[in-house]
Amino acid sequence: MATPTMPKQIGARVRRKEDPRLITGSSTYTDDLKLRGAVHCALLRSPHARARVLSIDTSGAEETDGVVAVVTGRDLEGEVGGLPVAHKIEGLLEPPHLPLAVDEVRYVGDAVAAVVAETAFAARDALERIEVEYEELDPVVDVEAAAEGGPLVHEDLGTNVAFEFPFEAGDVETAFRDAPVVIRQRLMNQRQIPFAVEPRAVAARWDRGHRKLEVWSTTQIPHLLRAQLSLILGMPEHSVRVVAPEVGGGFGSKLNVYAEEALVGHLARALGRPVKWTATRTEGFQATIHGRDQLAEVEVAAEEDGTLRGMKVRLLQDLGAYHQLLTPVIPTLTVLMLPGVYRLRNLRVDLKGVFTNKTPTDAYRGAGRPEATYIIERVVDMVSDETGVDPAEVRRRNFIPDDAFPAETCTGLSYDSGGYGAALDALLEAADYEGLRREQAGKRERGELMGIGLSTYVEICGLGPSAAMPAGGWEACTVEVRRTGNVVVKTGVSPHGQGEETTFAQIVADALGVSMDAVEIAHGDTDYVPEGIGTFGSRAQAVGGAALSLCLEDLREKSRKIAGHLLEADPEDVEFEEGELRIRGAPGRSVGFGDVVGAAYMADDLPEGVEPGLAATRFFEPPNFTFPFGAHLCVVDVDPDTGEPSLRKYVAVDDCGTVINPMIVDGQLHGGIAQAVAQALYEEAVYDESGQLVTGSLMDYPVPKSTYLPSYELHRTTTPTPVNPLGAKGVGEAGTIGGTPCVMNAVIDAVSHLGVRHLDMPARPEKLWRVLAESR
Amino acid sequence: MLPSAFDYVAPSSLEEAIEALGADPDARILAGGQSLIPLLKLRLARPGRLVDLRKVGGLRYLREEDGGVAIGAMTPHAEVAASPLLAGEARALAGAAAAVGDVQVRNRGTFGGSLAHADPSADIPAAVLALGATLVARGPDGEREIPAEDFFLAPWTTALRPDEILTGARIPVREGSAGAYAYLRQKASGFALVGVAAVLEMDGSTCRAARLAVTGAGNRPLRLREAEEALAGIDPTDGDAVREACRGAGDAIESPQDDLHASADYRRSMTEVIAARAVSRAASS
Repeated sequence: MATPTMPKQIGARVRRKEDPRLITGSSTYTDDLKLRGAVHCALLRSPHARARVLSIDTSGAEETDGVVAVVTGRDLEGEVGGLPVAHKIEGLLEPPHLPLAVDEVRYVGDAVAAVVAETAFAARDALERIEVEYEELDPVVDVEAAAEGGPLVHEDLGTNVAFEFPFEAGDVETAFRDAPVVIRQRLMNQRQIPFAVEPRAVAARWDRGHRKLEVWSTTQIPHLLRAQLSLILGMPEHSVRVVAPEVGGGFGSKLNVYAEEALVGHLARALGRPVKWTATRTEGFQATIHGRDQLAEVEVAAEEDGTLRGMKVRLLQDLGAYHQLLTPVIPTLTVLMLPGVYRLRNLRVDLKGVFTNKTPTDAYRGAGRPEATYIIERVVDMVSDETGVDPAEVRRRNFIPDDAFPAETCTGLSYDSGGYGAALDALLEAADYEGLRREQAGKRERGELMGIGLSTYVEICGLGPSAAMPAGGWEACTVEVRRTGNVVVKTGVSPHGQGEETTFAQIVADALGVSMDAVEIAHGDTDYVPEGIGTFGSRAQAVGGAALSLCLEDLREKSRKIAGHLLEADPEDVEFEEGELRIRGAPGRSVGFGDVVGAAYMADDLPEGVEPGLAATRFFEPPNFTFPFGAHLCVVDVDPDTGEPSLRKYVAVDDCGTVINPMIVDGQLHGGIAQAVAQALYEEAVYDESGQLVTGSLMDYPVPKSTYLPSYELHRTTTPTPVNPLGAKGVGEAGTIGGTPCVMNAVIDAVSHLGVRHLDMPARPEKLWRVLAESR
Repeated sequence: MLPSAFDYVAPSSLEEAIEALGADPDARILAGGQSLIPLLKLRLARPGRLVDLRKVGGLRYLREEDGGVAIGAMTPHAEVAASPLLAGEARALAGAAAAVGDVQVRNRGTFGGSLAHADPSADIPAAVLALGATLVARGPDGEREIPAEDFFLAPWTTALRPDEILTGARIPVREGSAGAYAYLRQKASGFALVGVAAVLEMDGSTCRAARLAVTGAGNRPLRLREAEEALAGIDPTDGDAVREACRGAGDAIESPQDDLHASADYRRSMTEVIAARAVSRAASS
């Protein structure tokens, strides 16, 4: 694509077009919808982690004032199908997952009945009048116990192990034989609870005349949801319209097909009245997917100089009680990314996905890659600790070199482009690494505890080539230039905070030379936007933006043809820059883009073979994933009396390829790093032995406040990807992936001189206090 | 919020409020709602009637009275935190009020509401206990004074009778005393994991008498009497001496809280650490 010289919007810190309506409260979220005659749905959820449902008496609820209907799982038989899991895992066991449990409940929060009432209050009141007789059964809560047998989450399967995913590359035995350094460590990526400020919500309306179901949902994937609802509800896909209105954060938790989406859709159709459901915060904690929960037993072999020889990893993924949309796929991404930024040729992984009586796990910002990065970045720090080679140097000695790109990994990936050494060098200089190490040495002499953490990461983004995805990895876009010169972009990547209304408008402005105000970015309505997959896996720019670029290329091409005709010149000689189409080498001979648009729609003077109108629809199929990378450093001080860690400094160098809007990229990193700090220091979903979620509210589950975080110092290197026409790699998950090990490495570094080699996340003050007490 | 059904009254006088409270055994006072509303939302509290004090006049004040400071029950935490009357000798209370929740909570939540709710991890109770405040309650039979010492009986349980309303407190201010509130935060709720209010009566550079009260560690706010005695006669700017005096302060806690946020051991140990910090901060302020 020819690049306009001026005024360039790509790369500019353009303020977000969507913000005025969002921050003045003039936007519409699902719960804001006022559908005439709407009734409210509430769900009765299991208080037990595992129990047989002996009977459900709904009569009390039915008699409650204002109640319209009460349904149980039995009432849905033949009407509503099971919830889907998308995967390509051989031999995966797929137990049924019904929107309302029948016969047995399998986690605290598993829904057993739904009430529909005239008001949300009445629906909630009526829930309390449903009598369920349960026979409590012993749950299996611990993933290791579940893997070894234990009570069965799905008795019919005869096992809790839903799949095994063995992987081996290179010669692992030889790598370990006579290795001078061998380290074994158990590493836990604890369970986390995604927290979007907007809770999940669904509203649905049945259009009796057109026999069409309209569903508004807090979803990251409206088009996939449309297809799935048509299957679950047994309707033609053209009879389902899905709208994702404003969506207030997702982090993967809204990348799913949930029971409530099917249920509310069904109820609207069955009752002939609009139905609305909004999750309570308690439901947000119990009945929205959780993330992580992966146990790794790691063995690494290395040389005395810190060079990695090989690694063996036993992974147990806690799936929770059922498969949600991508549950089993997430840990397979961990396997792919275990080598990280290093030349690791010998790797054996034994992954098992295991059911337990807990909330299902699925994609949470980073989705399988933070787990991998945590493992390999803890490993290189432990190698540093064992060999005495500085952690920055261990990393440098193992980096995939610049001349190796595209670099094949032992896990079968081809890293598109990278410059890992440059990112680390830039980081060490920006943070004054040597100075920090001197400061640390001085503090240690005075008995103060200061830790410096490093992390060098690569992530797999721009998901992805369809061949490697469970349900298509392309993205679609339509661009329509209207008669008056306005441009409407219809994109399949429906944002929920990513800012595409701004970044996509920047791309259009540069390509067509129109003002950003003349561009509308439409998304989220499957009746308006023809096709799409959705926003997840840091793909919106790298795949959705690429589809937009293809459309713009088509429009530029057609514009040149029309301009050539108007100027009586060969279209090959027409240059299109800053909204002007000029004949190369003939100054003064030009037409404006507006003239071309007018000609395209007047259509009375078009060149031979050129159709009227100016619009394009393209599907972009990425030839590969993208692999953003970077290097992070942070400083953590530990209070010697209380054990409280405090994050004092955070410096990051990230490379996400071409940057469309640096302000938005910075914002993604800020949020991503906050979630990384959350995993390292604060958040952990805790279940007791009976399977009760102990951290079931914000009183007990510490989502970090802004005051818990320092100001970040962000730097960038720019290595465009050859995988898409924009050169953009994606940045939505980078902070979370690079940040977690960085913070933990700093915490552990703060106490490593006391003989501590590892601590599990989150680094609660009491854990550190105990370590300090033992070392005294 | 989808609470269970309740009646709501917002009387305009204290007498009416007392009557409304007495008329329904399941009535609860609403005094800002920063603790009660979440309980209603979760249906953990199911009052038959809410008696909202927001329209009752004369409960929102901070004034000098008899050489001390009188505070009305409906005074928001933000006003307590910022009051010049509490910037000197009674600053342990201002410090505790500043530690409550966040800006929104401090603007809505009230001094009296926090005391009457008696959450065992709330900040305000430790400060009124350390300051030796007198709480004032009004019931059908008139006004009654309750020493802070006798007010907190158990978690969420106070000496208030079911038909009494806490109307305010009198904080004695002893000339030349100093104070501070120090705490470790429970990261999710923002409540005190361990919070200690310290009030030191100074004689030149020597601590003549000290009063320390801890919250968050036990099942109700408690005085740390052994540490108080050990502090008498020392120079509280001497950090080592303060730490020595506070050693074992946590032993005063009979039944420490023990939960996923911190073990009983940790809370006991932190009582000693935070007590010493509160004393040192008081001495240096």
